[in-house]
Amino acid sequence: MSEVPGLDTVSAALGHPDTPQPYAELGMADDEYARVREILGRRPTAAELAIYSVMWSEHCSYKSSKVHLRQFGEKAPESDALLVGMGENAGVVDVGDGRAVTFKIESHNHPSYVEPHQGAATGVGGIVRDILTMGARPVAVMDALRFGPADADDTKRVLPGVVSGISFYGNCLGLPNIGGELGFDPGYLDNPLVNALCVGVMRHEDIKLAEAPGPGNKVVLFGATTGPDGIGGASVLASATFDDESHTKRPSVQVGDPFMEKLLIECSLELFGKDLVVGIQDLGAAGVSCATTELAAGGTGGMNIQLDRVPLRDHRLTPEEILMSESQERMMAIVEPGKMDAFLAVCEKWNILAAEIGEVTDVSEEEAERGGRLVMTWNGETVVDMPPRTASDEGPVYQRPYARPESQDTLQADDAAKLPRPENDAELREQVLRVLGAPGVGDPAWVTQQYDSYVRGDTVVSAPHDSGMIRVSDDSYRGVALATDGNGRHTRLDPYAGTQLAYAEAFRNVAVTGARPLAVTNCLNFGSPEDPGVMWQFAESTRGLADACRTLGTPVTGGNVSFYNQTGEKPINPSPVVGVLGVVDDVRKRLRSGFETDNATVLLLGTTRPEFSGSAWADTVHGHLGGLPPHVDLAAEAALAEVLAEAAEQGLAESAHDLSDGGLAVALAESALRGGKGARVDLDGDAFTALFSESGARALVETTAENAAAVRELAERHGVPVTELGTVGGDTLAVSHAEGAVEVALTDLRASYESALPALMDGV
Amino acid sequence: MTARVGVVTFPGSLDDKDAARAVALAGADPVPLWHGDADLKGVDAVVLPGGFSYGDYLRCGAIARFAPLMGELVPAARSGALPVLGICNGFQILAESHLLPGALTRNASLRFVNRDQVLRVENTRTAWTNGYTEGQEILVVLKSGEGCYVADEETLDRLEAEGRVLARYVGEDPNGSYRGIAGVTNEHGNVVGLMPHPEHAVEALTGPSTDGLGFFASILTHLGSRTPAPA
Repeated sequence: MSEVPGLDTVSAALGHPDTPQPYAELGMADDEYARVREILGRRPTAAELAIYSVMWSEHCSYKSSKVHLRQFGEKAPESDALLVGMGENAGVVDVGDGRAVTFKIESHNHPSYVEPHQGAATGVGGIVRDILTMGARPVAVMDALRFGPADADDTKRVLPGVVSGISFYGNCLGLPNIGGELGFDPGYLDNPLVNALCVGVMRHEDIKLAEAPGPGNKVVLFGATTGPDGIGGASVLASATFDDESHTKRPSVQVGDPFMEKLLIECSLELFGKDLVVGIQDLGAAGVSCATTELAAGGTGGMNIQLDRVPLRDHRLTPEEILMSESQERMMAIVEPGKMDAFLAVCEKWNILAAEIGEVTDVSEEEAERGGRLVMTWNGETVVDMPPRTASDEGPVYQRPYARPESQDTLQADDAAKLPRPENDAELREQVLRVLGAPGVGDPAWVTQQYDSYVRGDTVVSAPHDSGMIRVSDDSYRGVALATDGNGRHTRLDPYAGTQLAYAEAFRNVAVTGARPLAVTNCLNFGSPEDPGVMWQFAESTRGLADACRTLGTPVTGGNVSFYNQTGEKPINPSPVVGVLGVVDDVRKRLRSGFETDNATVLLLGTTRPEFSGSAWADTVHGHLGGLPPHVDLAAEAALAEVLAEAAEQGLAESAHDLSDGGLAVALAESALRGGKGARVDLDGDAFTALFSESGARALVETTAENAAAVRELAERHGVPVTELGTVGGDTLAVSHAEGAVEVALTDLRASYESALPALMDGV
Repeated sequence: MTARVGVVTFPGSLDDKDAARAVALAGADPVPLWHGDADLKGVDAVVLPGGFSYGDYLRCGAIARFAPLMGELVPAARSGALPVLGICNGFQILAESHLLPGALTRNASLRFVNRDQVLRVENTRTAWTNGYTEGQEILVVLKSGEGCYVADEETLDRLEAEGRVLARYVGEDPNGSYRGIAGVTNEHGNVVGLMPHPEHAVEALTGPSTDGLGFFASILTHLGSRTPAPA
């Protein structure tokens, strides 16, 4: 028996093999618990149960998604740019000049519903640490947000809280927020989506991996102390569907301290720069459990940890609570014994607490065979003795049953083409303004004005333009551009095509600023994987993305899956958010989306088809969702991107803007408002189709009279159709068509575009 | 001799790199200064950059004023000898150090505001604004959560009477600052506090304008140093 009252030790587990254990409450299935007993040859101790329950949770183990995510590797296109692929904390791509960037997007949906400010704040903190852990300096963040209806009472609780959390945390870290998305749909009312992206920059030789090599090396925990916050967050919060009890789970949400994180960033970068660590891992979901098992599994397989040496902010914490705590702003490093003094000196400079809590050990061949050996003690008694690889790499893998729901046929048959269209120019004008002022289409400034976009002084393009672009260093003009996109309505109608459309839009958004798309990250937000219909959406979505990435030659470098986004029986619309990163050789040639030059020519690149299903028009004007999403033409996307990149490089374009939500109507209005210049355009054919269709592979290009011919020639060479729409100038958007004309003053456009969110959030 | 302008890094400073870049673009040598060292390294002037020094715990700038470096800086600044520009959090630190009157409080909107902002420069006799013309309107960046300048009526009247209002917001007051005040100076004109960020308006590529460069060019003029030939 244990010397410490209530302590469950390995000897206690052997002595009392039949003690009932609360594995079900920790989210473990019967067969998972049985497997743990089989691995250990005895019942687990409470501490071991804590480790397995969090490491085998959906959130950490990807047990339901793994079989589908494999395609991202199997179908990955050949790419010389990929330096680190999936499986590490984040992928790393080569951007030239010996520099690399690492980027990743991750969800913090459930915590952000329970406690919007802290949930969103710690979402930013977590993804920033992932990027830091790769050895990179985090240089920018973005966020993709989805809320319930903008006029719903709870949205007025959740949205301002989420935005203030992102603002508070990101701004305090000194990371520019360079863009993102804002969307609204009733399905997100009880399940908002908060997806945070971070990008970091490093030199090739600075790449760090989560591994613990070298027996005798020290295991050091540094950063914040460990407290009771977020205990069970990984298995209880992130992996279970919300029910009425979620408001009682408030203590499960972590609390963030961005000041500590800022110090941790600077401290870690100095440690990396001085070559004082051989392995590094951040503490995110599953805290010490995850860091120790993954580091050990990535190294010799052996590690001894003295859990009682973990610095606590609450001395009452038990070993299992320490293992599950998700206290923020903590890192774990593997340090050579001879470098410990130097390591601690750097921590002291940044006022960062560091504690040596164990060391890397050697394992026997037999132990290696079993998955290594991780031993943890608590005041001298052994509370964990397990093969770490069985927790980190060999968790359960499920082939969840999936089936296309029969209701999908009914949904797809309900085409938006049959919806009543505007009957005259007055109605057309009114609907243009209505779509432009829809909360998910209109000006996001109420949100983006709360984010620092300027800090670090390298932001070249930021919200509301189509992508965020940053200069990667002061001494060159090389840059990277990033965009995230996702359209839950399209994905609901057809998960395969909808996901490809999301990818294509992000790809286009990067291209339209003058960058060449290079790599992909994704955050896959879905309902319960235990629902075969949801699992079908997930299978189709991942297949669509993997196929599209192969076709366009951009590998998936990493990402995140968020399941159980549903309240009760009703899942959210399947909501994959796809992030595309592109590179640009010379950021001075960047293109923005506002009209720049009076009398310039406005060209439309691409083909417009009568495609309204899932459109912003169908949603805003008719509240309709049905039919098939727009046709996917990846070859056309590639050709368009090439035209845009070359036009930017050759200085042929004044501005360029992607067509997406709200079609040409919204694109023209946005270009006019952002540039403060109107335009006079003439539409061939049906004006309604021209204005509201959401066909893909299209962009507006503004070019001067002398460059217009060169742009046309360039487009022709790549097989991209060009339509001349009109010219820039004046203080109205004047659209004429075969049967009439619509003219809207910029002041009226602005009133619709800018008023939606302030009116809803501030009541002004 | 090229002017040497110190840029202080406190724990939580964020715009220190940007301030150093602006100093360099103006033609001076930026010298990194560390909050924990009571050593000004013989610099000719100092910039206290934006950020969240010490996490802004207690009050913005309240802890930073006690940093060892500030023990050296405050007397030198108060005497009129050492030019100091405090930007955003730096302005808050100068106010907490009683080098400048008034205080910076939470924005009237209670939200962080990030936007391009027009200012009118009203005092061009300071070490940091002599390159502007009186009444000149400049476009810089405002990004702060606690940028609302407040002081009692008597202080405000005195600042106005002595011409110590450095710059005001043009157009709608973005944060509720009393009398639209965006920046003030001390009686010697060597210590200047400004809530908006001139260091983010020094390159056409990354800023809304290059109007902010005037602050950094002004200090070179003030120090009488030659602008070195372009490299």
